This record gives sequence, C-alpha cells and structure tokens, in this order.
Amino acid sequence: MSEQATTTGPLPAVGYLKLPEGGEPYLEGSKCKECGSVYLGTRTNCSKCSGRDTVEAFKLSNKGKLYSYCIVHRSFPGIDVPYISAIVDLDGGGTVKGNLIDVDPDPDKIQFDMAVDVVYKDALGRKDRDGNSYISYFFQPAG
Amino acid sequence: MGDVYVMGVDMIKFGRFPEQTVPQLGATAAMMALDDAGLKMQDMQALFCGNLGQASGMVGQRILKEIGQTGIGVVNCANACATGATAFRQGWMSIKADVHDVVLCVGVEQMGRGLLGGAGGGSGIPSEGMLGSGTMPSVFAEAGLEHTRKYGTTFEQFAKVSVKNHHHSTMNPKAMYQIETPLDTVMNAEMISYPNTKLMCSVNVDGAAAAVLVSEKKAKELGMARAVKVRASVLTSDPYQDRDLVMPDVNTCTRMAAEQAYEMAGVGADDIDLIELHDCFATAEILHYENLGLCKDGEAGRLIDDGEVALGGRIPVNVSGGLLSKGHPLGATGIANIYEVSTHLRGEAGDRQVEGARLGMTHVIGLGSACGLHILEKVN
Ligand SMILES: [Zn+2]
Repeated sequence: MSEQATTTGPLPAVGYLKLPEGGEPYLEGSKCKECGSVYLGTRTNCSKCSGRDTVEAFKLSNKGKLYSYCIVHRSFPGIDVPYISAIVDLDGGGTVKGNLIDVDPDPDKIQFDMAVDVVYKDALGRKDRDGNSYISYFFQPAG
Repeated sequence: MGDVYVMGVDMIKFGRFPEQTVPQLGATAAMMALDDAGLKMQDMQALFCGNLGQASGMVGQRILKEIGQTGIGVVNCANACATGATAFRQGWMSIKADVHDVVLCVGVEQMGRGLLGGAGGGSGIPSEGMLGSGTMPSVFAEAGLEHTRKYGTTFEQFAKVSVKNHHHSTMNPKAMYQIETPLDTVMNAEMISYPNTKLMCSVNVDGAAAAVLVSEKKAKELGMARAVKVRASVLTSDPYQDRDLVMPDVNTCTRMAAEQAYEMAGVGADDIDLIELHDCFATAEILHYENLGLCKDGEAGRLIDDGEVALGGRIPVNVSGGLLSKGHPLGATGIANIYEVSTHLRGEAGDRQVEGARLGMTHVIGLGSACGLHILEKVN
C-alpha cells in the first residue's frame, strides 16, 4: 500500500475507506453470504459461522445511529482534546468507530441512538513522513 | 483425577521498583510462596510463568537463575490481563492431568506510566483522536456507557466503585495506595475519558505474585491446615459479536466463564462469599456484577448504591482495593487475586477479613479477549 505514496492527491486514512476516482468516498465492508455478518474491510472467512470464502465486499451505509461513546479529555501527546469517540451502528449493518464532530463534548448534549451521517474530510491536517495528506471519515449529526 | 490445592501463595507489595528486573521481582514472590508452602525450589516439578512485557524473554527461566536452576520444565505464557490466571490454570491442569504433584506458578510485571492502548492506525498517520480513541480508559468508558444506555447507570454510580475500592485498600498493606477517596474527590478528579476520571482508572504498578499448587495426595502429606482447594478453573475467549471490530466485548466471555465455573464447582453465585474481579476501570466493575451473576441484569447500579458489594455487605467485591487502588501489574494480577481470596479463606486477612469466608472467586479479563476465572474453597 505504501507505493501509493507517490500518487497525487490525498490518501485514505484507513484501508476500508475507499476513494474511487471521480466518485464519492465510502466505507467498504464485507458480508457473509451464509450468516449475514458484516465486517469492516475485506476478509475471506467468517469469524461468526467459520464459513470459508463466504464473505463478499459490501458497501457500508453513510447513515447510522450512535450506539455508545466516551468523551476523551486526556490522550497521547499532540492529540487535541476534548473530543467524542463514538461507536456508530450503520444502517444495513456494520459498526464503526470514529470522532463525532459538531456536537459539544458534554454528555447532556449527546443522545444514544441519535442519527448521524458519515462525512469525509481532510484527516485533521495529519501528514505522513513523505508529506502526503489523508482523507478520513467523521460522524456528524444527521442533516 | 483428584483435587488441586493451593499450598503456598503470596505477593510482593505492589509499587514502583525501577531498580529491580522483572525476574528479580518474580523471584521474590516465588520465594515468598515457597516459604508459605514450607517447600523448596528442589521440590518443584515445573514452573508456569506469566508475564506480558517481556513475553519473548524467557522470564520463567530467568527467575530460576535467581532462585535455583533445577532443570525443571518451564512454560512462559502471555494472555493480556489474564496472563497470571492463565499461568495458574496451566499449573492446575498439569496436576489435574497427573503429570505433576507440585508446581510453582508466578505472575510478574514491570509497568511504565501513562495511558495504555494503541495509537497506531495501520496507515501513515496516527488514528487516535481522529477515528475515536483506542486508549484503555476510552474503551472501558464506552463499555460503561453501553450499560448507561441499557439501564441508565450514572457517572456517580460508576464513581462509587472507586470510593469503595479505595476504602478497602486502606486495610491492605500490600496495596499500592492506602488512601480514602470520597465521592466528590473521585468525581472531580481529572477527567480522562468520560465517565472515567483518573481515580477510576487502575494504577500502573510493578508487582509479582506466586502460588505453589499441589495434588491431593501431596496436600495430605504436607497437611491441610492452610490448604485452599481449587474448585473451578475456567478460561474463555470472546465469542463473535456484531460490534467486535470496534468494541471489545468484555461481557460475554465473562458470562460464559462464570456459567462454566459455577457448574464445575457445583455452586451458584449466592454461595460465593467474596470476589476479586477485574476492575481495570470503575465502569468495568459495574458490568461484572451482572456478568458474574451477583444480581440480575440492570441491577448493578443498585448493588453499588446499597453497599452490597462493600466489605460487610452481602457479597464483598475487591476487598483488596482492586486494581483501582491495589494496582494492576498486568501479568501479576491474576495470581495476586488468588492470594487475596486464599488469605480470606485462611482467615488471615486482618482488618479487611470477610468473616466466615468459605468460597471465593477470582476473575480477570484481558482484552483481545481472554477471561480467566477460579473458584477457591476453604478446606478446614
Ligand atoms: Zn458467516
């Protein structure tokens, strides 16, 4: 994957974030044909039913609901705090973790099951050692 | 297959010992457990050693280089925070299998300070603070708020766990801290990951604990006066859950282990007199009241409110001070829990003694996940 570092334009922050040329970004998951389990990213076998080669690529939804969260006040050096670490169940299957943005980091302002959209933005200005910029995904209250 | 007995068990006072090596810390605990059993290194037929930080460093053999290279077989194991319990269980299995009569089990860890958890993202940039948080306080905060989501458990109820365990530790000279932390002190401490404040996070300390396990035949030979019987030993991993990839499930593997342990021992949760459970964060302890069957689902908040899990209550939990105040040297914790429960069953726990304790349980969970659970019984 690191060979991509010579291409132009931002790179995806994680392998399961897809940036199709000329298309909209999306999160890629995979789904088991046998038992319907949904995973982030690609894989071949199913850890729920042990099915072999039963898992196919599956485009994850850009809409979901907040399942759980925490508000991070102390993180590693250089990481801006506070922020909301959110666990979101996507419509149609799959659970993803990410920052919940455009919401005050205050438990009174955060509701379980609140509807959120998955949005794609620059990865907070973070660059790798080759100077490449990245696109990441975030959650924001559904518009 | 006869029963297996804890014949000797001890732990060093948890603290920070940068001037000592991991094998030295383990060796100290091993010698204390041997003395407690009235046995020598020459009596040991195998060593089961748990350590995480130097998992590839042959820590067990290096302990023997400190206290006696007798040539016995050594197994080094690493299993996240269930490492010590796994070493103990491997020793138990070897006696159950009639391979050995007397074995030594050691858990040891030297910890750095600061946050635990991964900051890496797999790509060229860090993911922490962008794709949520992977720190341990955050992971367990999210697990705690899942309980809030289901049952309305409050920040204050989570905080009360820490008040209780810190209070317990004031009676435990081997705990890292012996300080009272009133509720407002806990709630107003530095917020790390809401709802876990700094006083609701386990303490990173260095520590070591060790146990000598023997067969029934050997126990009778040595005398049963202070022997503790192992009634159940269980190890589970996390079964598939839909949210696995982003939300480690600490609940299901604990529930499975509890069910198996109660069945193996032929007892129920009501029969247990004290529990040392894995309070790596205050939020986690609340979850495990229900996971271990101390109350019905949704009642854990009431349990802490009513004091049922405090010393003197219906089922005292973490009278040692728990990982929150005794400290959490990862690989040592599982055997330190065995020490605590055994000490109560022997009636030797001093001010924090759970009166009349006959049956006790120890529980650890390592993310990844591994759950180790033991039920111990007083013999005489
Ligand atoms: Zn499947």
